[in-house]
Amino acid sequence: MKALASRRRHPAAIVILLLLGLMATGGLYSLLAPKSAQAAVASADDLTTGRKLFLANCATCHGLNAEGTKAGPSLVGVGAAAVDFQVGTGRMPLAGPAIQASRSDTIKFNDAQIASLAAYVATLGPGPSVPDSQFTSGDGNIARGNQLFKVNCAMCHNFAGSGGALTRGKFAPSLRNVSGRHMYEAMVTGPQSMPVFNDTNLSPTDKNDIISYMHELDKDQNPGGMTLGNLGPVSEGMFAWIFGLGLMIAAAVWLGTKAA
Amino acid sequence: MSSTATPNGAAGLRANDVDPDAPKEGRTPLAGGLASWVDERTGAAKPVDYLLKKVFPDHWSFMLGEIAMFSLVIVLVTGIFLTFWFVPSAGQVVYNGSYVPLKGIAMSEAFKSTVDISFDVRGGLIMRQIHHWSALMFIVSITVHMFRVFFTGAFRKPREINWVIGTILSLLAINEGFAGYSLPDDLLSGTGLRAAEGFMQSIPVLGSYVAYFVFGGAFPGEAIIPRLYTVHVLLLPAIIVGLFTAHIVLVAVHKHTQYPGPGRTNDNVVGFPFMPVYMAKAGGFLFVVFGITTLISALVTINPIWMYGPYDPSPVTAGSQPDWYMGFADGALRLFPGFFEFHAFGFTLSLNVFIPALVVMPLLYSIAGAYPFIESWVTGDKREHHLLDRPRNAPTRTGLGVMAISFYLILFFAAGNDLIAIKMGLSINDITRALQVMLIVVPPLAYWVTKRIALSLQRRDRDLVLHGRESGRLVRTAEGKFFEVHEPLPEHERWALVQHEALTPLQLNARVDANGVRRRGSLNERLRAKVSSFYFAEGVHPVTPAELAAAHHDGTAREAIAPPQDWVGQVHGGADERPESDAYAPHEHEVDPDPNVAR
Amino acid sequence: MNEQGTEPMGADESQPGTALRLDRGHIQGHGGIPERFTDPGLAPHVHRLADREERAARRAERQVAMLFGISIVATIVFLVAYFAVDLHTYAFIPGIGQANLSNVILGSSLGVSLLCIGLGAIHWAKTLMPDTEVAEQRHPQRSSDESRRATVETMKAGAEASQLARRPLIKYALGGALGLFALPLVVQLAGSLGPLPKAELSTTFWRKGMRLMRDPELTPIKASDVTIGSVFHVMPEGIDKSAHFLEEKGKAAVLLMRLDPKDILIAKERDWGHDGIVAYSKICTHVGCPVGLYEQQTHHLLCPCHQSTFDVTQDCKIIFGPAHRPLPQLKITVDAEGYLMADSPFREAVGPSFWERG
Repeated sequence: MKALASRRRHPAAIVILLLLGLMATGGLYSLLAPKSAQAAVASADDLTTGRKLFLANCATCHGLNAEGTKAGPSLVGVGAAAVDFQVGTGRMPLAGPAIQASRSDTIKFNDAQIASLAAYVATLGPGPSVPDSQFTSGDGNIARGNQLFKVNCAMCHNFAGSGGALTRGKFAPSLRNVSGRHMYEAMVTGPQSMPVFNDTNLSPTDKNDIISYMHELDKDQNPGGMTLGNLGPVSEGMFAWIFGLGLMIAAAVWLGTKAA
Repeated sequence: MSSTATPNGAAGLRANDVDPDAPKEGRTPLAGGLASWVDERTGAAKPVDYLLKKVFPDHWSFMLGEIAMFSLVIVLVTGIFLTFWFVPSAGQVVYNGSYVPLKGIAMSEAFKSTVDISFDVRGGLIMRQIHHWSALMFIVSITVHMFRVFFTGAFRKPREINWVIGTILSLLAINEGFAGYSLPDDLLSGTGLRAAEGFMQSIPVLGSYVAYFVFGGAFPGEAIIPRLYTVHVLLLPAIIVGLFTAHIVLVAVHKHTQYPGPGRTNDNVVGFPFMPVYMAKAGGFLFVVFGITTLISALVTINPIWMYGPYDPSPVTAGSQPDWYMGFADGALRLFPGFFEFHAFGFTLSLNVFIPALVVMPLLYSIAGAYPFIESWVTGDKREHHLLDRPRNAPTRTGLGVMAISFYLILFFAAGNDLIAIKMGLSINDITRALQVMLIVVPPLAYWVTKRIALSLQRRDRDLVLHGRESGRLVRTAEGKFFEVHEPLPEHERWALVQHEALTPLQLNARVDANGVRRRGSLNERLRAKVSSFYFAEGVHPVTPAELAAAHHDGTAREAIAPPQDWVGQVHGGADERPESDAYAPHEHEVDPDPNVAR
Repeated sequence: MNEQGTEPMGADESQPGTALRLDRGHIQGHGGIPERFTDPGLAPHVHRLADREERAARRAERQVAMLFGISIVATIVFLVAYFAVDLHTYAFIPGIGQANLSNVILGSSLGVSLLCIGLGAIHWAKTLMPDTEVAEQRHPQRSSDESRRATVETMKAGAEASQLARRPLIKYALGGALGLFALPLVVQLAGSLGPLPKAELSTTFWRKGMRLMRDPELTPIKASDVTIGSVFHVMPEGIDKSAHFLEEKGKAAVLLMRLDPKDILIAKERDWGHDGIVAYSKICTHVGCPVGLYEQQTHHLLCPCHQSTFDVTQDCKIIFGPAHRPLPQLKITVDAEGYLMADSPFREAVGPSFWERG
């Protein structure tokens, strides 16, 4: 104790004290913070499970029989694909009213639960099903996918899939690091503002090509250097003004100041 | 007589030998020899000496124009490299290079050659990026340089011509940039060309003809890329280099302006000579600018045309903006209401496109170019000005400048309204409406706020001169009074705060002429007096020595001021010398002053 | 008026910055106080470390030399890397992602090599070169009166000598010749410009009976393929055979959407469509960007360039933004096999407005 007390005015003391305080606060928080509710899985029957999950998590906004309410649209006919997409990307369940549901990293359900939810909703009415993995693998024609992407997708999602603005606060989200399955499902179900690209518009092979192009971009090959978000000339201009000019003015100021 | 007989015998054979130990006369060192060779053919020694001795004042804000100059050099040098590989043709080819996502896609030769430069030419991408980044820095530095010249009043006589040349250079530079980034014929710049064709179509009466003549037919056509190439590589660079040469020759002829300070007058230039100091500093700065631009180009992507893909009239990307320097025009297009398109008698007048696209840019640049003449009309000042104004000492000019910049900036930010929407989670419609309102409301507000700030800063300067700086030392007098000692400003510091001239409004000519008849004054005269009053009616004058002396006498006996070193005369005042009631009683020396006695 | 706000007694108003008269005008002259402050002259020179100490100067020399040395090393790195690094290698660099090694190494080495020369030269100037301020005198820009007189005399004498004033025939003929000679140059450039637009801006590739094809695959579209909420990008049949493919594409681009017929508010729009499937020109009526952003739920079409917004339920009427005219609609129907086809060409000009549009 004497050794510690004698060092209480050491310059490092305050740093160590702060670190200890941070660790204590963080640790206590993670111990005591409320956990997000885990939906209970009662039986092995998928449809029953699915219906139970639905009633517990979705019926408030979508209605007891998914017929829709003022808070959420009808889910009759949206198909398993829609559920797999919306729940699988963390968009649903939506915590509260928002301009649009955003992708989230916290996914409330595990894969089995999502599958049972999807199976239940699929029974409500015929709709697109979860795609076959051969069309979501991303091993298609990258150049063709590029061409299709530019015509059908770039006007909303931007040339590199970095996202873009829609009217009244809505937006087309970034497509970076999205799984092939989810991209396929989004195309085929047309979530929220996105139009529907059914399989007669863009065939499954077409969709796979687009997925291949997106996955190629996910490799993050940037030959020119930092991309500044792939948002075009606006970020480049900002960079030139802030860093380019800033560095050059700094050099000019240094040039003019008297040496020691 | 035999011709081989030597005249003086053997000794004569050595008559013309050079003594190896004798000093080498007339044998100059190599550099001297070369200089001598040139001088014998051009007489360059005197002008070179004159140039080498030229004095340049030292301030970082004078380097902004140099950044522009060096960026121009970089752009030209890297551009030459690019012309060796770029193919200015709109002919269609199929890509088969190393960039996988474009393999087998049809594209123009221009686009293909640009992709090849980026991927299949050694050092090609770095050259392309240096070229584009330095083009951006060129226009950034021109803009900042223009602001510096404006706010310091460096455009006044004799530099009006240079200001006009500079404005034209600025206009040419942004159009040169537009032509340059349209050359690769990629999706983004092609969309910009499509919009340009739409602008031309909106010209009243001639629109469709102008569009067809420029594009050689329907859009896109095969003519626009080669024509833009000629404009970008030959026509505009030639004009820019020519005007720029005139620009710096005029700077050399006028000599550079300087900020006011001790030892700096309107009749001299104080600084360092070109040889050796500025040769090293300016030459070094060239390398610094080139180095910074190159490092940025090595590490930050610009214009990734391979990601945009080749131009096709059907696709488009979200976030379609031109390069930053065209942003104000794009923003004007986004903000201008669609109401202003009129149809009558089978004709359409699209002012909603014509005004923002084709009127705003020339109008703004014309106003900018005309400003020196407007200001000289307002002030009636015909003297040469080589000492710069501190912006606060020209409050109306500074306010007008900030007003113009705020107008420009709102248009500029409007061009990025969709990116602001997604990055800040706002509605693009709300942003657009807000910017439309701000465009009207903010500039006058900015003018007013800036002018008030400038006037306040001037008052602060006055305070500083009159009352010095608080030293934090408290002095207690014998009577028990406490006051804080103020350190007066040292003479060299004070000079910059008091040397300026506060202009006063122009007076109208005599209201009554020689015959006693009242003269109303011409419209021009009255307008001029009004505008002059707008500029100068509210002014803060610099402190005069008499005011400083009066400050010593001011009734507030709390401050005791140490006398300035050069003050000749008696110092009065201070709580311990005179009771307050006697502050303005005549002093001994005022009773009978002898004007011949030096004080 | 001065800042104090009071009218100085006896002050001369036409002179800015007139001295405040302490004697309130009772005394003649200025009482010995100068009107304005005078220039104190250059501030006393402060010597730098390198001026005072030889050690500091040698240190500065070493620093400058080191900077130049770094530049040399960087140049060598560039030269080696130019040949040694393969053009297509990628490596992970934090902040960039998978960076092209050749580009990064060449660029960085070149940048360092240039930057260090500059830094070295500037450091040399700052520490070792003289920094005593020097004053150069200015002279008025105006030429002296004698120079002006001499020039005017020369011009006058020359004009006299040319006899121009005495020879009006030469004067007028010269005026005519000079006034006209540039015309051929202008006519050559302008006269060869073309072609004339004629009716091209008002017509597109679309003709009655042409099938609607997917863009870019150019495969025909069945009405049953188009479900509610879909958007198809469409080109006319046969456009790829056109001699001016891109030019025709630029006017013929069409967007095909399907709405619930109950949502369509305008009768003409329903009639020109087919069972809720409607086709509109994709070329924005503002300045011509493709209007591709279809918001399925609000039935709004947004143009990404300047945010013109069209309401598809109201015949693509403008509801926001700088465009003025609605998008032209293409009348469509189905053929015998159920494929969608144009029932008529566009009834009005597509794309941005122009003077003679009507």
